[in-house]
Amino acid sequence: MQLGIFTVGDVTPDPTTGRAPTEHERIRAAVEIAKKAEEVGLDVFATGEHHNPPFVAPANPPVLLANIAAQTERIILSTSTTLITTNDPVRIAQDYSYLQHLAEGRVDVMMGRGNTGPVYPWFGKDIREGIPLAIENYALLHRLWREDVVDWEGKFRTPLQGFTSTPRPLDGVPPFVWHGSIRSPEIAEQAAFYGDGFFANHIFWPASHTARMVSLYRRRFEHYGHGSADQAIVGLGGQVYMAKNSQDAINEFRPYFDVAPVYGHGPSLEDFTRETPLTVGSPQQVIERTLGFREYAGDYQRQLFLVDHAGLPLKKVLEQLDMLGEEVVPVLRREFAALKPAHVPDAPTHASLLEKARSSVEPQSSSVEPVEITSSPAYEEGRLEADEEITA
Amino acid sequence: MTDIVVVSAGISVPSSTRILADNLGAAAARALRGPSLTLVETTKPEFTVIELRELAHQLTDNVLTGFPTGALADAVRRVAEADAIIAVSPVYTGSYSGLFKMFFDVLEDGTLEGKPVLIAATAGTARHSLVLEFAMRPLFAYLRADVVPTAVFAASEDFGGGAVRGGSLSQRIDRAAGELADKVLRRGTTLPDDPFENPTPFEDLLRDI
Repeated sequence: MQLGIFTVGDVTPDPTTGRAPTEHERIRAAVEIAKKAEEVGLDVFATGEHHNPPFVAPANPPVLLANIAAQTERIILSTSTTLITTNDPVRIAQDYSYLQHLAEGRVDVMMGRGNTGPVYPWFGKDIREGIPLAIENYALLHRLWREDVVDWEGKFRTPLQGFTSTPRPLDGVPPFVWHGSIRSPEIAEQAAFYGDGFFANHIFWPASHTARMVSLYRRRFEHYGHGSADQAIVGLGGQVYMAKNSQDAINEFRPYFDVAPVYGHGPSLEDFTRETPLTVGSPQQVIERTLGFREYAGDYQRQLFLVDHAGLPLKKVLEQLDMLGEEVVPVLRREFAALKPAHVPDAPTHASLLEKARSSVEPQSSSVEPVEITSSPAYEEGRLEADEEITA
Repeated sequence: MTDIVVVSAGISVPSSTRILADNLGAAAARALRGPSLTLVETTKPEFTVIELRELAHQLTDNVLTGFPTGALADAVRRVAEADAIIAVSPVYTGSYSGLFKMFFDVLEDGTLEGKPVLIAATAGTARHSLVLEFAMRPLFAYLRADVVPTAVFAASEDFGGGAVRGGSLSQRIDRAAGELADKVLRRGTTLPDDPFENPTPFEDLLRDI
């Protein structure tokens, strides 16, 4: 079980002081939070992608993740999410491969469609084509990471002829991909088709959405022959605020909750904790609630918590991370491990994917073999053909 | 069982909107039963009423959070599963009320697609009667509902003499209810496809780009 945090990088005034962090402070805070996450023993740090205020999540997550990679040793760097709809899949292929090299493979990616409507027109896309964009762009990305030379023609981007995405993925192993969605069955279907991971955001929405999506993904994962349904790779979000004493947690968090983006000025904290996975209470309550997620999601591989939004000051966030690391994560890790049957796999990592590629693949296939670009016959052939066509 | 759901946005208790809603529900159930007694066993038409006043807080929460909870979630499900909808609003500032609109705002896309709907409104004066044609009918056209031609408007004066039955209001009610029953019987009972039960295979998603 991988346990970690995800952030959306919102710049929100602290309602108890009225002061909002500057962009610079909030960006530096993201790095501090990631470093702290590694220090307290978490497994994953994931950042959102944003292109507009009030967010400072990077427009291109590898910029932030590369900086964090340089200051950490062990933590896996991921996204929550990378916009597969409005980014050029060629740039995703190249930027995340590059990040893999800098981070020595401590990288995976979560694809999402994004929920800020104007982002589509800002990047020349049509929001009504969100699903087709996600399907086609990922189909191209999937090939760019696996084939040295790609010919491509699709509906949404300019065709590619004899194109090689560089750098090639580290050790010839593409980053593991999660597909994130709140409630679009097409995305669960997509994740199942490729045998990729499925991540249910599992915050701000009722758990019933998660249960439906995960169950569909598991069923279709088996249908497409990647293993049995309970071997599918599932990740869940979660939102917590803790204090030693649960009433203190409620009192401290309520002023942030009441005016928070997304759900503020609406349901009471009590209603929202009942209707969504939000847990506000003692570390023990967080442990019990989180262990309960597997009752509707099955044995799953990754749990990410949102701990830094709604204007919570950095100091509070770091305290939350201390509590997560000291009191919650060790228990969750032990309990989840004890509950998980042996045939249910862990979340893939670069090391596990590399080992799998080395042990299962025929030598002549260059798609998953570690590739030396300059000496690859496939590459040479493709390049020559492409050049001939260009000059002819 | 034929299931008619009446949505009433009346606020006061008792409200003329609710009285009209109940009359329309009863008339629709009668019309569905039809003149032949043999139909009673087969269709057993029933109507139930959703009072939006009771859901007002949950509607506000839903608008802010994006999902329904509690009794509202139940009401949304009942509307989705209904064979026909009777939607009744008081006229506020020249249109249907905000509360009425909020309920239809939070329904999932496609919930009312092709569903037989009877629209009705109440107001203090008959001068508002075209609200049904200029405001409410376009709303349900947007939702791709199948709205019956007769819309029923009741001004305070229509309730005069203490009897809703009798006079032209009850004729309008019966005509509209008859039209709704016709649509229901012609359409039969259809439940929407569940994309979680029958997902579009990935090959089709890829091909249909």
